[in-house]
Amino acid sequence: MSIILDHVNYIYGGDTPLAVKALDDVCLTIPDGQFLGIIGHTGSGKSTLVQHLNGLLKASSGHIYFDGQDIYEKGYDLKALRSKVGLVFQYPEHQLFEIDVFTDVCFGPKNLGLSQSEVQYRAYEALKSVGLPEDLYYQSPFELSGGQKRRVAIAGTLAMKPQVLILDEPTAGLDPRGRDEILDLIKKLQTESGMTILLVSHSMEDVAEYVDRILVINKGSILLDGVPREVFRHYQELEQIGLAAPQVTYIMHALREKGLEVDDSVTTIDEAVDQIAGLFRR
Amino acid sequence: MLRDITLGQYYQTESVLHKLDPRVKIGGTLLFILTLFFYKNFLGYLAAILFLAAVIRLSHVPFSYMIKGMRSILFLLLITVVFNLFLTPGTVLVSFWKLKITQEGLKAAVTIALRLTMLIIGSSLMTLTTTPNNLTDGMEKMMGFMKIFKAPVHEMAMMMSIALRFIPILLEETDKIMKAQMARGADFESGNLIARAKAMVPLLVPLFISAFRRANDLAMAMEARCYRGGEGRTKMKPLQYKKRDYLAYLCMVGFMAGSIWLGRLPVL
Repeated sequence: MSIILDHVNYIYGGDTPLAVKALDDVCLTIPDGQFLGIIGHTGSGKSTLVQHLNGLLKASSGHIYFDGQDIYEKGYDLKALRSKVGLVFQYPEHQLFEIDVFTDVCFGPKNLGLSQSEVQYRAYEALKSVGLPEDLYYQSPFELSGGQKRRVAIAGTLAMKPQVLILDEPTAGLDPRGRDEILDLIKKLQTESGMTILLVSHSMEDVAEYVDRILVINKGSILLDGVPREVFRHYQELEQIGLAAPQVTYIMHALREKGLEVDDSVTTIDEAVDQIAGLFRR
Repeated sequence: MLRDITLGQYYQTESVLHKLDPRVKIGGTLLFILTLFFYKNFLGYLAAILFLAAVIRLSHVPFSYMIKGMRSILFLLLITVVFNLFLTPGTVLVSFWKLKITQEGLKAAVTIALRLTMLIIGSSLMTLTTTPNNLTDGMEKMMGFMKIFKAPVHEMAMMMSIALRFIPILLEETDKIMKAQMARGADFESGNLIARAKAMVPLLVPLFISAFRRANDLAMAMEARCYRGGEGRTKMKPLQYKKRDYLAYLCMVGFMAGSIWLGRLPVL
């Protein structure tokens, strides 16, 4: 029960002069139940990578195995794969189209060919889990606020009960509060249901606090791969490719340079507070 | 899949053709298309093919890139050819079952295929070497005389350039929404005609909403920069004919006269 990418390459634009190599020999294993953050700046190939995982894009070369089966094998049911690997796109509210929120969330499970009652049950469950107030269920999705629309869109994917949930920049365009709410929701989903979650982002701050493992993508290949602490230790490399470590990393490094004895590999604000408070106690 | 449409797209490279005044290219393309309908024998077409090949060479746009854009109209071309081939009455060459190919039909089919192909390659050559902005600039200038009849020339040109600008954006958007719905299990490819038409709803509704949103944003942005139509509006880079433009006109007229003379010689 895992996803394995074996030497995956992807080239946009085939053999025209405009061809761009978007993925370059990517090898990756994602074990079950992991919360993985995928980070890279715009155009690094992170969105391209995740679209391979549910078969929306087909690799130019290489193999992808889901639960030990090659998804490019002849006769492999890609539709079934898409129900197991749920993908929430960037600005997912742009995909809403039904007359009310509830019907829109029903779209996914209905496509799976489930019975009417099962479809409605799943839609209800999904809307409940994203914490949308019940009085909004029968409103037009276009009347909701940005953050609410995004919840609806995430519910639309959750209602298919995927084993793996991929979110492509789920916090883009949200205010800080909306961002925290969405990220907390994702963390809650992961701890409660044990889903594998892939969170694509360009913001280290978003990812550092939540994920078990970080993958840094640059120019279509994997640059760094490891636990957040390990990855942020390479903050200078991250800067070179236009990314940054969380601000606390910089503060801790600066303190260390001033001769204070703090652990400079901490990644979250809470840990940093502990460290600094520890200094005063001494 | 939608990326493959090259018709009406600009191809960025350096060439004489790219530098020409858009009016020359628009005029030249119209003249070229017109010329195609004057030929009575295949010598004329041969001349046109050679001329087109030379111009393509000058444009530095790879031929394979142009051909890719042709794929979308291949079907149309095929239907026209087949109808002409089988349905033209005249001297029978080959016949099997109820179908027969006549000498006239063969000639008509080849002629129409040649004309259509060159017409499309010729006009896509114009759009490939001219930026949409330049193209509408040229059209606005060429249609300038219509202002006497109170025709809103500038507004029409502006509308066209916006429409052209939005084609790739909307194509990309379609691709995105399609993928998003496919990730939710939508199926756009199987089922009968009605099922397929119904499957388009989850694609079209978001697409329309996003098109309206974009139109709204654009209108707002234009107004914020004090756009108020064509009256009294000047250009930063007004179009001006240069020496090479006159030369290009000369070449075009030379080609027209020569090939029409060839195409009307009493051979074939």
